[in-house]
Amino acid sequence: MEIFEYSLKELLDKISNKEITLEEIINNYLNEINKKDGKIKAFNSISIEKEKDFISEREKGVLKGIPIAIKDNISTSGFKTTCSSKILENYLPPYDATVVKKLKENGALILGKTNMDEFAMGSSTENSAFKSTNNPWKLGYAPGGSSGGSAAAVAAMEAPAALGSDTGGSIRQPAAFCGVVGLKPTYGMVSRYGLVAFASSLDQIGPITRDVRDAALLMNIISGHDPLDSTSVDKGDINYESYLKEDVKGLKVGIPAEYFNLDFNAEIKENILSAAKKLEDAGAEVSEVKNMTDAEYALAAYYIIAPAEASSNLARYDGVRYGLRSEEKNDIETMFINTRHQGFGPEVKRRIMLGTYVLSSGYYDDFYLKAQKIKTLIKDDFDRVFKDYDILITPTTPTTAFKLGEMKDPLEMYHADIFTVPVNIAGIPAISIPSGFDTKGLPIGLQIMGPHFGEAKILHAAYALEKMLEVNKNRPEMEV
Amino acid sequence: MTEKYEVVIGLEVHVQLKTKSKIFCGCSTEFGAEPNTHVCPVCLGLPGTLPVLNKKAVDYAIMAGLALNCKINSYNKFDRKNYFYPDLPKAYQISQYDLPVGEDGFIEIDLEDGEKKIGITRIHLEEDAGKLIHEGNIDRSTGSLVDYNRTGVPLAEIVSEPDMRSPEEAYSYLNQLKKIMEYIEVSDCNMEEGSLRCDANVSIRPMGEEKLGVKTELKNMNSFKAVEKGLVYEIERQKKLLDEGEKVIQETRTWDEELNKTVSMRSKEEAHDYRYFPEPDLVPLEIDKKWENKIKDTLPELPRDRKLRFINEYKIPEYDAGILTDSSELANFFEDTVQEYNDPKNISNWIMGEFLRLINEENMLIKDSKISGKLLGSMLKLTNEGVISSKIAKTVFKEMFNTGKDPKTIVEEKGLKQISDEGKLDEIVEKIISDNPEAVEDIKNGKNKAIGFLVGQVMKETRGKANPQMVNELINEKV
Repeated sequence: MEIFEYSLKELLDKISNKEITLEEIINNYLNEINKKDGKIKAFNSISIEKEKDFISEREKGVLKGIPIAIKDNISTSGFKTTCSSKILENYLPPYDATVVKKLKENGALILGKTNMDEFAMGSSTENSAFKSTNNPWKLGYAPGGSSGGSAAAVAAMEAPAALGSDTGGSIRQPAAFCGVVGLKPTYGMVSRYGLVAFASSLDQIGPITRDVRDAALLMNIISGHDPLDSTSVDKGDINYESYLKEDVKGLKVGIPAEYFNLDFNAEIKENILSAAKKLEDAGAEVSEVKNMTDAEYALAAYYIIAPAEASSNLARYDGVRYGLRSEEKNDIETMFINTRHQGFGPEVKRRIMLGTYVLSSGYYDDFYLKAQKIKTLIKDDFDRVFKDYDILITPTTPTTAFKLGEMKDPLEMYHADIFTVPVNIAGIPAISIPSGFDTKGLPIGLQIMGPHFGEAKILHAAYALEKMLEVNKNRPEMEV
Repeated sequence: MTEKYEVVIGLEVHVQLKTKSKIFCGCSTEFGAEPNTHVCPVCLGLPGTLPVLNKKAVDYAIMAGLALNCKINSYNKFDRKNYFYPDLPKAYQISQYDLPVGEDGFIEIDLEDGEKKIGITRIHLEEDAGKLIHEGNIDRSTGSLVDYNRTGVPLAEIVSEPDMRSPEEAYSYLNQLKKIMEYIEVSDCNMEEGSLRCDANVSIRPMGEEKLGVKTELKNMNSFKAVEKGLVYEIERQKKLLDEGEKVIQETRTWDEELNKTVSMRSKEEAHDYRYFPEPDLVPLEIDKKWENKIKDTLPELPRDRKLRFINEYKIPEYDAGILTDSSELANFFEDTVQEYNDPKNISNWIMGEFLRLINEENMLIKDSKISGKLLGSMLKLTNEGVISSKIAKTVFKEMFNTGKDPKTIVEEKGLKQISDEGKLDEIVEKIISDNPEAVEDIKNGKNKAIGFLVGQVMKETRGKANPQMVNELINEKV
């Protein structure tokens, strides 16, 4: 096996056993990036050269200096953090996001910053102002989004692991499209300090990894209360790895009927149901969950709440202090307008307009307030179901990866999030794991949802399923 | 002539809360630092940063709310007020929209014809914006610089009911509000440094009319006097419009100090839609009874209560009590002195006279003078005991004011002890009598004024140290 094929955990063990050196790992990955990234286009920038001074110090940490890729909307001190937007093309944050600080403190090197949909708005990474990332399984196919660069980098083995962010599915959907593991933690479980805000009440940072154990390992490091994020919660130290067990006897697994009744790819439906069957065969109590009807409105509520918050969060990019400034000499208002006109792409503009509209005087009650009420109903709905179930299983996506350029209609693209959005609306955790491949040879993702702060539960189920499904045993060849 | 119109004024006052650090980050709030030195990623609103609420700012807002007789809301939240301006780094201000810290309060103000209650609609917390510095006049400026030191300094916005009926009432309200804020030590209320700012809503309506007239909002009044002048101007402008059969337009107007008039800034149509929504980066703030009571326990006596107590307890005139309670420092000075030497009216005279005269002459702050109640008390004791004359006392007072030295030490060092030694005085009186035969003649002829002249001569001879009562007696005896 080549070095780049090892999981994070395996690399750590091999360093401990002195089978390989950190230098070999770094060189191996730089080599892979040089070889593949011209085609994949997962990275916006490679930062590891600038990290080399810190190697001896980081090697002492839990992560022993292993390089990790970071989505380009997570602030890295002194490294460009562009959000794949022209408006922040040359922006250098003067501080590290809390997750980056924690990674560094635990011995990670920052490998580079990964491509994404501009400001995390999108499901294909095509909304990047710089380039479209390719799905490593089939070039010309979308890696999903918005954390498409992180998912593609991990899948193409250009990085051992990565961080993404998930507002409506932006970790899980690309993880599903790229055949890797993606975890969206409970809202408040991981500090958002330093994550460039899209929709503050929904955004969460999470790991994108080769396997479930690596996700648990990274969660051990990045989760926890942060005094700099008032919405982060203190649940004490949790060792997620300790929950990774294959035994699922008595695990109460729900299959939400309303999700499976939606119109979506039959191959996926079959794949997910057969996975559920495997759990049942292993002793889990699997049954259908009915009457989760509120979830139907999740997408509508999402496309009100997220743009509303985004319209406010993105208002600061006005050209006054940092980032792009329109050079046409004019009055301040024209400068604002020109800067934003030139700096934002069409999807970002669309959402800013949507958000501005739903918050404007006279419309607030009809849209934003109503969406917030739906949010509460959906949360209550999940709380009710999780009294009887440990986890819920659904597909991560209604389709497998689509072709780049294929999704022309924004509404159709928004539909890619139907299974993932309710999770963000409810604030619960969910993980996507690879569960097989469709006839085109593209990966299928299985989503496991858990109750608030039920990370241990979903990691447990995901780990057991990963062992049962053995997806990696008979996988098709990647195109890179 | 009876007034044709009734004036309706409501004020929105922003006071800077004097916390050491800003409301959502750890940066210093100190005034006057080099531009952009008290800033950090959070108050600069850099991408990815998040606010963390400063509990001390909440303490101060609760205290201000209680001092304004407000009901303190147990469930508080913060909201975003969205608008674009270069001094607002996030392009929204974190404020409180529908659930402020306090509501439904009032202030009592004293007017010539008695006291009046002015309602307080609400008091809420918010963050301050930065400051624009224009190169040259704003109309012709070639560029502007932004200083973000002030960004994120905590503000309490205090909104009054439209209860004021004249610019004088507005002036009196502002004074009372400022006095309260200073008493409870939550704000310096210094208009020059911008720690107190005031906008006014003003309208007029025909006498007896219930319905409010169309209001204009006045901004940019940088002193209490400017508020009064701006209001006077604006009321006259509105009256003239109505008299001429025209209408007042709802708009925001700015007070131009140089032109001495109000100028239209933006119309109702151009008014911002602030698109308020709950701040998702902060969790709702619960102020329970325990917290409220803890603050209540630290609330000092407020200006009007103190004034009334001074009148009752120290039997000093209302006028004196008003001046002495104008600031807590002055009132404390008075009470400290009374503790030392119980002669309230005499002390009041000294403070209102000599003390405030020196403060004004030297153009200094009360807290910067070196004199204390203890010192003034012991000086008054010396006067009472006849150690120094009341004339000499003024010299001693000034010395204490400047140096903070003990009056006994001053008297010793400067040899200011009153001459009460009869033998010594007798000698001097004899000399003065023989030197001024005409005066003696005048006295004999019943011109009593001349006694004063002779006493004056003795005082001159002794450089004010002679005991005036004894001199008087001696002269009467001898002539």
